[in-house]
Amino acid sequence: MSAPDVSLLEPDRLESARDAALAALAATGALDELPAVRTAHLGDRSPIALARRAIGGLPGPEKAEAGKRLNVVLQVVQAAYDERRTELEADRDVRVLAEETVDVTALPGRLPVGARHPLTTIQERAVDVFVAMGWELAEGPEVEHEWFNFDALNFGKDHPAREMQDTLFLGPEDSGLVMRTHTSPVQVRSLLTRDLPVYVVVPGRVYRADALDATHSPVFAQLEGLAVDEGITMAHLRGTLDAFASAMFGEGLKTRLRPSYFPFTEPSAELDLQCFACRGASAEPGGEPCRVCSSEGWIEVGGCGMVNPAVLRAAGVDPERYSGFAFGMGLDRAVMFRHGVTDIRDLYEGDQRFTLPFGTEG
Amino acid sequence: MRVPVSWLRTFVPGLTEEVASADAIAAALLRAGLEVEQVLRVGGDVTGVVVGRVLDVEELTDFKKPIRFCHVDVGTRVHDVVCGATNFVAGDLVAFAAPGAVLPGPFHIASRQTYGRTSDGMICSTRELGLGEEHDGILVLPPDSPLGADVVELLQMRDEVLDIAVTPDRGYTLSIRGVAREAATAFGLPFADPALLDVPPASGGHPVRIDDETGADRYVARTVTGLDPATPSPDWLQRRLTLAGMRPISLAVDVTNHVLLELGQPLHAFDLDKVKGEIVVRRAERRERLVTLDGQDRALDPGDLVIADDSGAVALAGVMGGASTEVGEATTSVLIESAHFTPVSIARTARRHKLPSEASKRFERGVDPALAPAAAEAAVRLLVELGGATAGPGTDVDRRPDPITIQMPVGQPGRVAGREYEPAVVRGRLEDVGCTVSGDVVLTVTPPPWRPDLTGQADLVEEVIRLEGYDTVPIALPTAPAGHGLTAGQRLRRTASRALAAAGLVEVVIPPFVSEEVLDVLGGGMTPPRLLNPLADTEALLRPSLLPGLLAALQRNVGRGLHDVALYETGVVFVTPGTAGTSTPPVTHRPTGEELAALDAALPVQPRHAGLVLAGTRQGRPVDWADAAEAVVALGRALGLTLELRNVQWGPWHPGRCAEVLLAGQRVGFAGELHPRVVTALQLPGRTVAAEVNLDVLVAAAEEAGPVRAPVVSPYPPASVDVALVVDAATPAADVESALRAGAGELLEDLRLFDVYAGPQVGEGRRSLAYALRLRAPDRTLTDTEVLGARDAAVAEATRRVGAVLRGA
Ligand SMILES: [Zn+2]
Repeated sequence: MSAPDVSLLEPDRLESARDAALAALAATGALDELPAVRTAHLGDRSPIALARRAIGGLPGPEKAEAGKRLNVVLQVVQAAYDERRTELEADRDVRVLAEETVDVTALPGRLPVGARHPLTTIQERAVDVFVAMGWELAEGPEVEHEWFNFDALNFGKDHPAREMQDTLFLGPEDSGLVMRTHTSPVQVRSLLTRDLPVYVVVPGRVYRADALDATHSPVFAQLEGLAVDEGITMAHLRGTLDAFASAMFGEGLKTRLRPSYFPFTEPSAELDLQCFACRGASAEPGGEPCRVCSSEGWIEVGGCGMVNPAVLRAAGVDPERYSGFAFGMGLDRAVMFRHGVTDIRDLYEGDQRFTLPFGTEG
Repeated sequence: MRVPVSWLRTFVPGLTEEVASADAIAAALLRAGLEVEQVLRVGGDVTGVVVGRVLDVEELTDFKKPIRFCHVDVGTRVHDVVCGATNFVAGDLVAFAAPGAVLPGPFHIASRQTYGRTSDGMICSTRELGLGEEHDGILVLPPDSPLGADVVELLQMRDEVLDIAVTPDRGYTLSIRGVAREAATAFGLPFADPALLDVPPASGGHPVRIDDETGADRYVARTVTGLDPATPSPDWLQRRLTLAGMRPISLAVDVTNHVLLELGQPLHAFDLDKVKGEIVVRRAERRERLVTLDGQDRALDPGDLVIADDSGAVALAGVMGGASTEVGEATTSVLIESAHFTPVSIARTARRHKLPSEASKRFERGVDPALAPAAAEAAVRLLVELGGATAGPGTDVDRRPDPITIQMPVGQPGRVAGREYEPAVVRGRLEDVGCTVSGDVVLTVTPPPWRPDLTGQADLVEEVIRLEGYDTVPIALPTAPAGHGLTAGQRLRRTASRALAAAGLVEVVIPPFVSEEVLDVLGGGMTPPRLLNPLADTEALLRPSLLPGLLAALQRNVGRGLHDVALYETGVVFVTPGTAGTSTPPVTHRPTGEELAALDAALPVQPRHAGLVLAGTRQGRPVDWADAAEAVVALGRALGLTLELRNVQWGPWHPGRCAEVLLAGQRVGFAGELHPRVVTALQLPGRTVAAEVNLDVLVAAAEEAGPVRAPVVSPYPPASVDVALVVDAATPAADVESALRAGAGELLEDLRLFDVYAGPQVGEGRRSLAYALRLRAPDRTLTDTEVLGARDAAVAEATRRVGAVLRGA
């Protein structure tokens, strides 16, 4: 081992070692070059390290002075090194994170997306309006006995009204079984099984012998309502329908009743809903034409009336004491108007493209 | 029912154009409950047609058909015209369309070259003017028509027609008379009843006998003789029929149709010379036959009401006449039948023979039984006036029951409507309808004979409320008692629907009609109900499963270019055919419990299922059996249920990739890949997967389960330990897992299968299943001894149950 070179501790030599280190650090462009620079200028064989080792070779009185000089240089170089490393690490982070940039517009679609059918969701919404008024949801079978579908609803055996229902009959011949043509048999079932008063809303699928085309379907969804209580009047029917129209289709929308005929109600009425698009303005003189209601101002949505006493009797309810109202409306038409569906087949063909945009709550 | 407004106005003299337009009449009728579907405008599309005189006729003979060249004077000038008709002579007045005129179509008339001449306009036929079907020749106008006058004005061609959809209870509005009465009431104007005719007393007429009074309670027969069979119906008559949607045929037929339209009384005209002896109204005899007017030789049913003479049945009463007594070109004597038949009888016969007619439509809905003599009289008068006939005597067999009376408290309409009506208003409205009303606090009401639908208080109440206007009924909300909200089951069904959508499936709603073929392909021995009158003969069965509809929808999506398809449906399926022969309870009172139970027992079993199908890719990889199975398991989890899967071979499924879905050991459905045979037969994408479960059973179990019990969330550290077990390759992982769970006991918090290995290291026919067990105690940190004890117990149980060997041991 050679003797320590005390000349390394000369101020000139220390300053040049310091300057060389600072220059080298400044010239370092990448984090992975930094260890070599450190070895060269702060490592065991660097001029500064060698100078430290040379201190012992100085005469006593000079040691403190030289040590102080050396420490100043060492601190400066160490600080410069730390600073440079921080800088380079920051540079690296910026670069690496930049390299990790993704295109957030290119979703890979790993989570499969589902949706619920608008007929399902509109049914839930409609039911909820009535449930909020204290009504309950009632249901019945889709294949129904004629007694429930017709007889108990005051359809005479050979009355043309029965013919007009375009009923789908089940075999064998004279089985008395039909695809229910309306949700109204659930009126009878509810009166037979529930305690009075009865306030029920009945959503469900119903069937007619109608071939599927743009405006007809052999299957469609109905919403039925029945209220039987003491003192129920036609005013209550109007009030309930108006409340429902407001809640379901838009605040302040009105309903209109036109005299009609159904065997199970008397008086009977067709039920029109004020057009929610133009609110009837299109039917006024000089009004803008409206496509939703064909400028009629009203949309026919169903039928209603006061429960025929014959129906109450068949269900064992005393018509002297109780009265009631009932209504039925097509939910398919409601969906078609609400969502601008022009072809009813879209509801029943099961095309994924049709349902997807509706999400899970329509 | 088509009602020409001009015809209607004749019975409401005050209802002039100034008082109410056709649109105003339509609106008023609509408010009164007549469904006016549209107001048709007739003749409004004809302009520029004037009265012209044919000055001369030159026959052009160079052509295959007769062609005439004429000069027509319209007063202001003379036109050259080429015409193909030959039914006119020089001097006739005709309807002339000059260049610039417009005929229905619209057809714009211009000067043109034809047959080598210039034709400067057109001589019009009835059909070209839109006045009727007649097109054998041009329309020759009466000789007193003013030259140059507007033909549309002259012939009063412009008219409006109300197209009314008549509800089954309002048979009387299937007549101009009935609609006019409603219009008169709506406008508060007097009604001139066209049925108020002086009818000569019936005596000495053709003999008539009613043998079946359940089928007919009135039969009026009138005869006319000396009818000129060659006389055509006058233009006004043809025009009225045409406007009302009927085709003019011959004077005798047109007259009966005119009375039918005007009064609503169906008439039948027999050729009197062909009727042999007494007219008898009776039921058909066994094996009796009748050739009807349409030429059909029909086997009659003993339930059919017929009109018979000495030769047998000559008409199906109220439905269609017979060929043997048909009025023809040589008929000079006519027997007019004006009868009242029972609605039910006519309805059944019309349906049995598939012969709905204008007559049967009215009889089914109820014809005014008081009308018969007046209607016959109206027809006789027209035949005398228009056909030169002589009126003969009449017969009137009258077996009508006494009219009914209804007692009604005068306040009843107000009680139903929720408002008050003045007693005078109630009485007045009932009288408007035609009722006779007496009494004070309680009214005694006799409905008019044309309103057989008025049988009880409620019917009278409706008349008062509708005529006062439904819009005058107040608006009030009833107060329902506090309800219970949705039932648990109803809420759980919504949960199920949302869970399936959340699993990435798209809901569809499919009609439930399926073919025998598709059920054969799917197998499984399903026995669904069959429709008697299916929309398509190929789809006569009701679905016993959601799969046929879902698979058809899948195929439709793929056919429309979609590749990745994932569909679900929740809906009712029909798994048994239902039973026949249930007797129908009466409707006069509540049926007994047994009667109701019998009705329900006759119904098919109709559970609600959830079904799903997937094809194509999902998350970037091809769909497989697990996509279907996991969706079902997720559905169960959403309902708070643990569903188990077990390999099974069944129906339409791939024999090695089908799981039966179990709930507490009970089968509730299937999930997996479809059998390649099914995929091919139904032309589905390869590797289509599907699942179907009984949603009713799941929902019921979830309801039963009650509230979830919260777990104890231990704050102590877990201990993890892995075990790899070698088992027979056929041993289901589920069995290994349940053994480990049972063996590890209460300390086991979680267990996860993280590796499956089969290969030389474990031997032929064996496989290794590696599980990570997480153990934890609720009240302490587990010691190593406890952890190893639990692990050993778990392995021991797996060894005991399925012969598992610890790998490497
Ligand atoms: Zn509108």
